[in-house]
Amino acid sequence: MKKVHVNEDKCLGCRLCEYWCAFSHSGEKYMPDAFNLQKPPVPRIVVEENDKITFAVACRHCDDAICVKSCISGALSKQADGTVLVDESKCVGCHTCVLVCPFGAIRMDEGKAVKKCDLCLKTGGVPSCVQHCPNRAIVYEER
Amino acid sequence: MAINYLQPDYEVVRNNDRCIRCRVCERQCANEVHFFDEKRNQMLADETKCVNCHRCVTLCPTRALKIVKTDHCFKPSANYTESIIKDIYAQADTGGVLLSSMGTPKEYPVYWDKMLINASQVTNPSIDPLREPMETRTYLGKKCEDVSYDKTGKLMIRHYPGLQLETPIMFSAMSYGSISKNAHECLARAAEELGIYYNTGEGGLNEDFYKYGKNTIVQVASGRFGVHERYLNAGAAIEIKIGQGAKPGIGGHLPGAKIGADVAKTRMIPEGSDAISPAPHHDIYSIEDLRQLVFSLKEATDYKKPVIVKIAAVHNIAAIASGIARSGADIIAIDGFRGGTGAAPTRIRDNVGIPIELALASVDERLREEGIRSNVSVVAGGSVRSSADVVKAIALGADAVYIATPALLALGCHLCRSCHTGKCNWGIATQKPELYKRLNPEIGYKRLVNLVTAWTHEIKEMMGGMGINSIEALRGNRLMLRGIGLTQKELDILGIKHAGE
Repeated sequence: MKKVHVNEDKCLGCRLCEYWCAFSHSGEKYMPDAFNLQKPPVPRIVVEENDKITFAVACRHCDDAICVKSCISGALSKQADGTVLVDESKCVGCHTCVLVCPFGAIRMDEGKAVKKCDLCLKTGGVPSCVQHCPNRAIVYEER
Repeated sequence: MAINYLQPDYEVVRNNDRCIRCRVCERQCANEVHFFDEKRNQMLADETKCVNCHRCVTLCPTRALKIVKTDHCFKPSANYTESIIKDIYAQADTGGVLLSSMGTPKEYPVYWDKMLINASQVTNPSIDPLREPMETRTYLGKKCEDVSYDKTGKLMIRHYPGLQLETPIMFSAMSYGSISKNAHECLARAAEELGIYYNTGEGGLNEDFYKYGKNTIVQVASGRFGVHERYLNAGAAIEIKIGQGAKPGIGGHLPGAKIGADVAKTRMIPEGSDAISPAPHHDIYSIEDLRQLVFSLKEATDYKKPVIVKIAAVHNIAAIASGIARSGADIIAIDGFRGGTGAAPTRIRDNVGIPIELALASVDERLREEGIRSNVSVVAGGSVRSSADVVKAIALGADAVYIATPALLALGCHLCRSCHTGKCNWGIATQKPELYKRLNPEIGYKRLVNLVTAWTHEIKEMMGGMGINSIEALRGNRLMLRGIGLTQKELDILGIKHAGE
């Protein structure tokens, strides 16, 4: 399946992916509103940074997803197409998935359901982080 | 220093309603202009450091930024202008030679813009390049002039080593050191795809780029950096660099700070040492000396590669070119004074040399007069900015053109003219890994291919309009040009008539 991959040698650490991800999942139409009129939304992709090495990390949609196994409420599930999605109405906020994910790809959102990459399936097409990466470090492809 | 007399040239204007404090501007500015103020929960800017390169403006996701020229002003004077005053302040501060990058920003006449191109109407047909073949392939090098036959009456054609270009445009010399490895990769890959050539500049050829050899021109300059037998044989042609349009008569100086391990290896000099190219080649003091180097290089490459001699456009250019044409060189490259540079003393860049248009016209004329035009091809560079400039250059007598600044613009350069600082925010004129990774060769080479492809389409359109279907038929065809707003003397030098004549 097509997934979001990051080419570390091209990642600039600008963090635009984080902001576009957060905005595209915020439901707002005007980007400044997503961040300036409310508590800034949580991005589902995060740039890891150590001095001059930077790379964005998002959910790998693992074949044998440990987060799905660990989910106590059945909120996380593996879809037929291979994506790992969270049903926000079922999440009880126990954060076990956050703890077990070896990539740190699941994010806590205070008082709300956990947030993770959904490949922008609802908005369709290419994930927002991929579309807006200025150096094409983030790609959406089969590997 | 007690008082800094120099006030910033630009102001950073931020629309705080739009700013989402994502701090992309801060992370992307190598000059450290932007910073976040927690007390105000706001981004602030130190505009004294801003070079107006537009990196922050371009990457700002909410278009909250713009850079404006400050309206803070000196008492107006047409003589002591703001730039003159600021230069004096800067020199009084440092005691040093002023450095600048890229082409001169001074208001010298641009002769390209004072020439108009002809088109066919009624009495001769124009050609539609979309329906009829249009030849842009160009061959550079010495041409066979005389016709001879063998005993059976078969035509004997002598071939000299040359270059075959699919379109009469090449990327001119920019050294590895002055520009980044990624920028070089873009140029090399684009040249390969376009069927043209890029030029290593004087910094040698990185081991990774030997594979692009058949689309590479390797340069031998006064510093002889990175020159060895394998290097000479790696390219399709060898260029002896005598001078550069932006800084005729002087050498080069790549500061030690830019000589990292890889650049040092490629240039064959110690890491961190300054790379100083002398003003002259110390073994060339005459045309006879030049001839010796030309033939040394031919000898080293088994007489298989054409040799280019690149000179800056200066006052006696026609006589010098005539000498070069007799030196055994196959191609003469002339670089006009509006051409770019990675770093040059400001006064030299802004005051030395002559425009490429005049130099090209007088060289072509002189070589024709002396009957040696076929000995060499002429390549013109130094501010060829568009396909129209290419067409005009060819009509004035050029066989092909060299472009560099447009290539850098295609790669993201915003002409902030700060290359000499080594902190290019676009990853072009820098050797810092965290900066040059910003130029993704995958994206960059495609943009170069697009640019040259677009220009080639336009060249075909213009040629078609003139009723000409090959570069060959346009070359030196000065009847296709008319001057506008030029004096008789200028028209005479350009060898063209005035519009309406």
